[in-house]
Amino acid sequence: MFLYYFDLALRSFRSARGLTALMVLTIAMGIGASMTTLTTFRALSGDPLPGRSDRVLRVLLDAEPKATFTPGKEPGTQLTRFDAEALLRDKHGVRQAMMTGGGANVEPATDAPGGLKPFETEARYTTADFFPMFGTPFLYGQAWSAADDAANAPVVVLSKAFNAKLFGGGNSVGRNVHADGADLRVIGVLDDWQPVPYFFDLNVGRYRKTEGMFVPFGTALERKMGTNGSMTCWGDGSTPHPHDLNAPCSWIQYWAEVATPADKAAYLDYLTRYSAQQHAAGRFQRDPNARAHDVVAWLSSQHVVPEDVRLQVWLAFGFLAVCLVNTVGLLLAKCLRRSPEIGVRRALGAPRHQIFAQFLVEAGTIGLAGGVLGLAFAAFGVWCVRQGTSSRAQWVHLDAATLLMTFALAIGASVLAGLLPAWKACEVSPASQLKSS
Amino acid sequence: MLQLRPILSTLRRHRTAALLIVIEIALTCAIVCNAVFLIANRLDRLQLGTGLADAELVHLGTRSIGRNDNAAAGTREDLAALRALPGVRSAAIVSVIPFGNQMSASGINLKPDQETPTIHAAMYSGDVGLAATLGLRLVSGRDFKPDEIAEQDAFDKADEYPLAGVIITSAMAQRLFPGHEAVGQAIYIFGKSPIRIVGVVDRLVSPHPDHADQSDLYSVILPVRPNFDDGIYVLRTDTAQRDTVLKAAVAALDRVNPHRVAQAHGTFEDLRGEYYKADVSMVWLLVGVCVALLVVTAFGIVGLASFWVQQRTKMIGTRRALGATRGQILRYFQTENLLLTSAGIGIGMLGAFAINQWLMTQYELPRLPLVYLPLGALALWALGQVAVLAPARRAAALPPAHAMRGLS
Repeated sequence: MFLYYFDLALRSFRSARGLTALMVLTIAMGIGASMTTLTTFRALSGDPLPGRSDRVLRVLLDAEPKATFTPGKEPGTQLTRFDAEALLRDKHGVRQAMMTGGGANVEPATDAPGGLKPFETEARYTTADFFPMFGTPFLYGQAWSAADDAANAPVVVLSKAFNAKLFGGGNSVGRNVHADGADLRVIGVLDDWQPVPYFFDLNVGRYRKTEGMFVPFGTALERKMGTNGSMTCWGDGSTPHPHDLNAPCSWIQYWAEVATPADKAAYLDYLTRYSAQQHAAGRFQRDPNARAHDVVAWLSSQHVVPEDVRLQVWLAFGFLAVCLVNTVGLLLAKCLRRSPEIGVRRALGAPRHQIFAQFLVEAGTIGLAGGVLGLAFAAFGVWCVRQGTSSRAQWVHLDAATLLMTFALAIGASVLAGLLPAWKACEVSPASQLKSS
Repeated sequence: MLQLRPILSTLRRHRTAALLIVIEIALTCAIVCNAVFLIANRLDRLQLGTGLADAELVHLGTRSIGRNDNAAAGTREDLAALRALPGVRSAAIVSVIPFGNQMSASGINLKPDQETPTIHAAMYSGDVGLAATLGLRLVSGRDFKPDEIAEQDAFDKADEYPLAGVIITSAMAQRLFPGHEAVGQAIYIFGKSPIRIVGVVDRLVSPHPDHADQSDLYSVILPVRPNFDDGIYVLRTDTAQRDTVLKAAVAALDRVNPHRVAQAHGTFEDLRGEYYKADVSMVWLLVGVCVALLVVTAFGIVGLASFWVQQRTKMIGTRRALGATRGQILRYFQTENLLLTSAGIGIGMLGAFAINQWLMTQYELPRLPLVYLPLGALALWALGQVAVLAPARRAAALPPAHAMRGLS
C-alpha cells in the first residue's frame, strides 16, 4: 500500500511540477537554514572534556577588597599566585594544576624546516597534573613530573602542530627549543588535542588553536617569560610586580579533579574552609565566597557560546516555521484541487483513512526530497560559515548525527505540514465531487 | 467598498487557507521587523567614530628575542628610521591601539581616598605628537611638552611615578566635570598623587569598545613613552600609499635591528574590520533571512491565489457575464489580498513586540522603536500586492464564455 501511495505521489508531482518544486524548495530552504545554525551551535557548545567534564572543577576564590563588593555577584574567575600555590600544596583533589597563558619568541635551529625565521609563539605555563587531568594524548615522550615543577626544570611539551613547524614532525624528545634567549629541552610532544571551546582559559580566546608550548609554571616565572590573558589588580596602585607571590593581582587559572561527581560538595567545603582561614588571617576582606564549577557549569556561567549563534538558531527555526506554514497552504491548495480525484477514489470504495494515508505519504515524500535538497543547502551553509574567518568558524562541520537529524526534521516537519491538508482531503464528500465533475 | 461583502463571504468558505496566509504573513512580519531592527543595531555599531584618522594609519610592531636593556634607545632609532621613509607624514609609538590585541583600563578617582572609582577608563601611553599622529582633535588645552614625558621603564619601576599631566577625552571630561572646564583639574589614577589634565581631545575610542554605554569613549593618554618591546608603531600616511609605506617600514625596522621578531602589521582599517567581522557577517545573515522570508511568503501568496483563481473560475465567469469589468475582477483579488495582509500585519505587530520583549530579556537589546511598525506594514502590503498581481491578472483575463463553462 505504501509503495502504491508513493507511486500516486510521484504521479501527482508530475502533474503539478511548479507547485511541487515550490514546496520542495521551501522545505529545503527552511531545513538548510535550521541545520546550518544548529550545526554551528552544536559545534560551539560541545563538551571539551568528554567522560570527565563532571568531575574536573574550575576553582574561584574571592580575594578582592570589601569596598568593591557587590552582593550576589560571582567571584572573579582567577586566583592570586599566593592562593594558587597554597591550594596546589594542599593537594586536596585527585589532581590539580595552576596555569596561565604566555608567549615567547622562538629562534629555530639552523636545520629547521624551510629556513624558519625567529617567530613569536603562544605558550601555556602550568604544573604537572595539567596533562593527566585533562587527558592529553602524547605522540612522543611524556609530561613532566611534580619534581620537575619543584626544580623549575628547563623542559617543554610541544603541541603536534608546533613540533611539525619546528622539527618537521619527527620525534623531537631530547632536542632543545631556544625560547626567549634560553634553551628548553623537549620532554614530550602532544598528539592531536584540540579542546573546543578552549575551556581552561577563556581569556586567551574562547575558540582557538591549542597553544604551541607547555612550560612548567615555575620555570616560566623564573625566566620572566611574558604572560597572556587577563589580570585584575586591586589595592592602592603602589603594587609590587603583579607576578610576585604577594601581589594583590588575580591572573592564574586553577583546576582540580575530584574522584567522583559526588565529591564536588566536599571540595567546595574545603575551598570555603580555606577562604575562612584566609579571612581570619586578614588576607581576604570578604566573607568566604568560593566556587567549584564543573566544566559544563563553568562554560555556561561564562556564556561561552556567542549570543549571535543562539540568536541565529532562533531566527532559522522561525524561518522554518514560516516555510512550514507556507507548505501547509500549498499542500492544502494541491489537495483541494484534486477533490474530484478523491471523490472517485472514495466512490470506488477507498475508506477515509486510506485517503488520509495517501496524502500523508505524499507530504512525507515532499519532505524527503526537501531533506535531500536541504542537506545540500546545509552543506553549503556550513561551508559559508567556515569561510567566515572568525576563529570559531573552523570547528564547525557536518557529521552523521546532523545528517540523520536533517532527514528526521525534514520528514517530520513535512508530515506535520501534511496533517491538515490530508484531514481536509479525507473530508471531501464523494457525492458532491462526482456530481460537479 | 462595494466588493467587501462578497470577498468576506468567499473567505468564510475558505477559512483554513485564508487563516494559513494570515499566519504566514504574521510570522514573517514579526520576524522581519525584529531582524531589521537587529540589522540597524549592528550598523550603528559599525559606524562608531573612533576619533582617529582611520584611513591614513598603519601599524606595525617588533619584539626583542630574550631580554633587551636598550629598548628605549632602540625605539628612538626605529622612530627616526620610520620618519625618514618617503610617504610617512608622522610616526609615533603607542602602548595599545584601538581594536588591537591588548587593552588596559584603570579606575579614575576624583579624590585621593576614594574607595570605589568614579569611572573606569582605557589607558593609552605615548609621547609628544601621538595625538597628532593618530589624528585626534584637541578641543581644549594642549599636547604634552617634551619635559613631561616619562620613559616606560622608569614609570614601571617606580612605586608611584609623578606624572606631569594627562590628556583625556571630551566624553570623559563631561562625565567627570559636567559644566566645568576639565583642563587644569586633577584626577587620581595611580595612588594618592594628583595628576593634572593638560588637554582634552574630542574623541578616542577605547581599544575594545563593547557598545554597552558611553564608557567606550572614556580614554586617557599618559605621558609615558613605551619602548618597542611593549608598544606599537603607528604611521600616518596618504590613504593610497599605505601598503607601500607598510612594506618599507617593516624592512626599515629589520635594518635597524635584525635580531627581533616582527609582529602583526597592517592598515588600521583592516584591524577595525577584523574587530567587527562577526557583526558584519551577522548583518549579512540577517539580510539573507529577511529576503528569504519575504520570497517564501510571496510564493505562498502566489500559490494560494493561483489556486483560488482556478477554483473560482465559474464565479469569475458569471460575474464577467453579468457585466463586471476586467478591472473589477482584478481589484477583487487585490482587495482580498489587502484584507488578508492587513489581518496578518495586525497580528504580526503584536508578535513583533512579543519577540522584542523576549529578546530584551535574553540579549541586551533596546525596545523596538515604533517607526518599524508602519515600515514593516508598508513592506508587507507592497509584497502582497506584487505577489497577487500575476494570479489576479490571469483571473481578469479569463474570457467570460470559457469561464462560464469551466474551461479555464
